[in-house]
Amino acid sequence: MPSPRYWREIPARYRLEGGRCPKCGKVVYPIRKVCPECRTEGLETIALSRRGRVVTSTVIHVSPTEFLMEAPYPMVIVETPEGARLMVQVADSDPDEVKPGMEVALEFRCIQREGHSGILCYGHKAVPIR
Amino acid sequence: MREVAIVGVGMTPFGELWELSLRDLFVDAALAALRDAKADHLDAIYVGNMSGGQFVGQEHVGPLMADHLGMRGVPSTRVESACASGGAALRAAFFEVASGASDLVLASGVEKMNDGADVTRVLATAADQESEVYHGVTFPGLYALIARAHMAAHGTTLEDLAAVSVKNHAHGALNPKAQFRQKVTAEQVMASSMVADPLRLLHCSPVSDGAAAVLLCPLSRAKEFTQRPIRIRGTGMASSSMALADRKDPAYLDAVNLAANRAYEMAKLGPKDINVAEVHDCFAIAELCALEALCFTERGRAGEATRAGETSLGGRLPINTSGGLKSKGHPVGATGVAQAIEIVEQLRGEAGERQVKDAAVGLAQNMGGSGASSVVHIFERV
Repeated sequence: MPSPRYWREIPARYRLEGGRCPKCGKVVYPIRKVCPECRTEGLETIALSRRGRVVTSTVIHVSPTEFLMEAPYPMVIVETPEGARLMVQVADSDPDEVKPGMEVALEFRCIQREGHSGILCYGHKAVPIR
Repeated sequence: MREVAIVGVGMTPFGELWELSLRDLFVDAALAALRDAKADHLDAIYVGNMSGGQFVGQEHVGPLMADHLGMRGVPSTRVESACASGGAALRAAFFEVASGASDLVLASGVEKMNDGADVTRVLATAADQESEVYHGVTFPGLYALIARAHMAAHGTTLEDLAAVSVKNHAHGALNPKAQFRQKVTAEQVMASSMVADPLRLLHCSPVSDGAAAVLLCPLSRAKEFTQRPIRIRGTGMASSSMALADRKDPAYLDAVNLAANRAYEMAKLGPKDINVAEVHDCFAIAELCALEALCFTERGRAGEATRAGETSLGGRLPINTSGGLKSKGHPVGATGVAQAIEIVEQLRGEAGERQVKDAAVGLAQNMGGSGASSVVHIFERV
């Protein structure tokens, strides 16, 4: 992902910021301009809890080139207590234990290296709570 | 709006067609459709194409195709909705004829996937780049997330998923245009290499080259071109959230249901009136979800229905008699138009060994991304 574009994603990726609709209360991640439920504009920025519950999961065996070294790796959709849902990888886990309903923490991690120079790109990954 | 008929069809075989380029594929399919209707001119062309830009570095596909078809001067537009591009092109052509703006319109789709591109990466551009692909998800990965959600909610099993592949390969073995013309067993499916758990290689549609084209005209003029016109009774399209995480129920394809309801309403028909259907089985789980969203089975019962043979040739409602995307192949931009061709051949009674007896009404359901777009068409023998 080219650097200027990556830079715009920092609030969502580094600070795990989402948005809340001031009218209907819908929580989205990342923030967007218009509420997908009621079309209200001007969502409020909120910080999401760094934990959640797995909604559904998979283990990626055939990966994109950037993630070859990590494969096989679990990926999940996590729902935070605020009701935001996000897609993340799961780190520090046995892939077989990652199943719907599992409680996870969201930790700040390196996600990928960009381009030939290998610029480090960060975000969040889920880690099982034991 | 005017009634619209399909009066000509043409398609290339699907597969790894190394000797044919993007433009060659289109021209072969388009010429076949024109010949089928004995038509010598066109008022407009729509070309469904997901990603000529990324697969072969070619954008501006509309005029390129008109030029190579010998139709310079004819308006020609590329239509894109990821893997639903073909269905979206058919819908655009339908409205151009229905509106009265044009009489003879070619709806086509083409994709050249085997020309050295990183296919997994190109296909992933149909998912949300910022919130999904950045984190390392692939297309099989997205459908695997759907599969596990479906298994958790409805008790769908690995055997149910395998049954979809077994059935579609058995159908595809009868289709001379199919990429894979061999049967597979459930054991082979469940022993094939893991792609994204629980989806294995034989749950996934292949990487394919191919093109398909259909010729549309007002129903009132159809007999000038063919003795067996097929009327388009309904068209429906819908969108859903781009990111799978934003679906209320990741195991339910709500855009497919919305598109289907719109098509049923326009056709004044319901799921019980359909005799044969092509659904978008890019992955085995997608066929099960589509059957439920199209209301062909109750929610959560599609796996059971498939294993019971209800959707096989000879069953209650044969699904994907062409072999589906799984066995026939999935050149993404061409798929939606090729689905329509299978239904036209069934309704004309020209499907050979795959013929569904007395088929009078058929449906085709095409889908983009992880279900963020879907197009449904309903066809009827005239």
